[in-house]
Amino acid sequence: MTALPLVESKGRRRAAPTDLWSHALWLTGTGVFAFIYLPLLVVILYAFHDANIVAWPFHPFTLRWFGTLVHDRGMVDAAGASLKLALLATGLALAVGVPGAFVLDRFEFPGKAAFERLVLLPLILPGVITGVALLTFFSFVGLSLSSGFPLVPGWPVVLGHGAALTSVVVTQVYARLRRFDRVLEEASLDLYASAWQTFWYVTLPVIRPAVLGSALLVFTLSLDEIAVTFFLVGRQNTIPLQIWGLLRRGITPEVNAAATVVFAVSVVVIVIWARLLREDR
Amino acid sequence: MAPILELQSVTKRFGDFVAVNDLSLTVAPGEFITLLGASGSGKTTTLRMIAGFEHPDSGEILMDGRPLTGLPPNRRDLNTVFQQYALFPHLTVRQNVGYGLRMRSTPAPELDQRVGEALDMVQLGGLTGRLPRQLSGGQQQRVALARALVNRPKVLLLDEPLGALDLKLRKEMQLELKHLNRQLGLTFLYVTHDQEEALTMSDRIALMRAGRIEQLSGPREMYERPSSRYVADFIGETNMLGGTAARRHGDSARLTVGGQEIQATATASVRDGDPAWLTVRPEFVQVAGPDTAGPRLRATVTETVFTGQVTRVFARLQDGSGLTMHWPAADSVPAPGTVLDLTWPAERGLCVGD
Repeated sequence: MTALPLVESKGRRRAAPTDLWSHALWLTGTGVFAFIYLPLLVVILYAFHDANIVAWPFHPFTLRWFGTLVHDRGMVDAAGASLKLALLATGLALAVGVPGAFVLDRFEFPGKAAFERLVLLPLILPGVITGVALLTFFSFVGLSLSSGFPLVPGWPVVLGHGAALTSVVVTQVYARLRRFDRVLEEASLDLYASAWQTFWYVTLPVIRPAVLGSALLVFTLSLDEIAVTFFLVGRQNTIPLQIWGLLRRGITPEVNAAATVVFAVSVVVIVIWARLLREDR
Repeated sequence: MAPILELQSVTKRFGDFVAVNDLSLTVAPGEFITLLGASGSGKTTTLRMIAGFEHPDSGEILMDGRPLTGLPPNRRDLNTVFQQYALFPHLTVRQNVGYGLRMRSTPAPELDQRVGEALDMVQLGGLTGRLPRQLSGGQQQRVALARALVNRPKVLLLDEPLGALDLKLRKEMQLELKHLNRQLGLTFLYVTHDQEEALTMSDRIALMRAGRIEQLSGPREMYERPSSRYVADFIGETNMLGGTAARRHGDSARLTVGGQEIQATATASVRDGDPAWLTVRPEFVQVAGPDTAGPRLRATVTETVFTGQVTRVFARLQDGSGLTMHWPAADSVPAPGTVLDLTWPAERGLCVGD
């Protein structure tokens, strides 16, 4: 019993600095979050700004800028192009990336270690370099930037997004395959399934969250990609480029409305992605 | 009866390592046979070759007299219960159990009926809609068992299926497996490193060592008549004394233990001039009376340990080697330092070679 007060006094002596620290930490944390998210909040807030110029004080609230957006032909066309581009790029990245991940996981080949490290390069490289490289390539093979328009926003930009984002699919699916317990495939073979049935009924369903997750990631990345797009785009702008174009005429609430829509779409996709990841645990 | 499964001189190498070395084994229909061995003894590799996941470098595996060589796992009429169960995580209990029947295009009514029966057999009737991760380890184990049994394979392969369960559950499942083997008349080939498990369940045990079968016999014979030092050591608790060269005279052998010459029953592994050991189980060692015939060793008690079922008395021989005995429950336990003359029935002392 005599030891008890001693312990308490020790605890009390330590209490003050601990409180100070926790306050400091809390403040720092809040500061960081504010730094990251406050600009976003301002953008979203001013999408509902009931005045023609983005300026203080804020005039609440109107939806008319979203109306302007819907009636802006250039913006609507750009949105269509962006969606098509993102869907095609996702399809392309999956078609190349999923088999690529399987090859990495299942086969030994010379240069595999180097390939494993280089596969992320298109993502790490500055978009400018990827853009210039792809532009040079397409002009070398003589593929016009507007080819395929209006069916697609232009084959070069589709191929460019696909090429740059395939690595996302490869790395995500490869990481999942490495965690995949191959004994499940043996169990399936043991239960009379062929190799193809085993892939279809066991392997693919088990890695499905990773495949879908990487697809969603590629979709959002493609949706707001600027650098590569800037080099490869033909006569049809994508949403980010259209916004960029509008900005040169000054920041209007319409730009904020467009940004808000893009933000909302991204958030929805990311939430689905996070749920898939959790389901995979 | 014609054997259901036959391994003929099967050898499997991984690089320089010989995992299975010229192994032959014949399994009768309905038999419960266990491959017992330490890790790396080749037991799992043997099972994987029978299942079709590995291919022998030489030798032949026959099922019902027909060679299995070249048949992929999905065309072999046997099923495996895997070590970590290997349940399909995205399928429900019912879908897991029905997987094999579905792959064989079984009509839906028959599939439903057989899956239901299999789940009842392992007492999981109420959990059909659950996913594997919503089940306990013991329940997952039962699903894995049902998933294999539902296909009515000719041979059921079990690769340490109880390893992940706690002791109590493991003992329950051991008996349950044995009953299933009897009830269904199915051939079980069981792989384990747990000698007690092997003794409990098996009709015959193949004790493996470095890719070969060291001894193939029933559990009782393996316990009472181990063919070598390795087997005696691996199965149960035993005293291993000596290590000096033995001289063999027909069925008996003489060797020096604790400075004394002892006569013991010779086993096949004893060769003149090679080191040999005297092995005697602790439950057969007793205190010698003044005129007891037979082997006799003087020892000093060093420690006594009460374990509930038995009291173990540890003693030291004159040459320093240790000996353990089970003390009779009715007698008062000797104090450390007590000098005892110990003996055992002559036929229980075995002379074994390495």
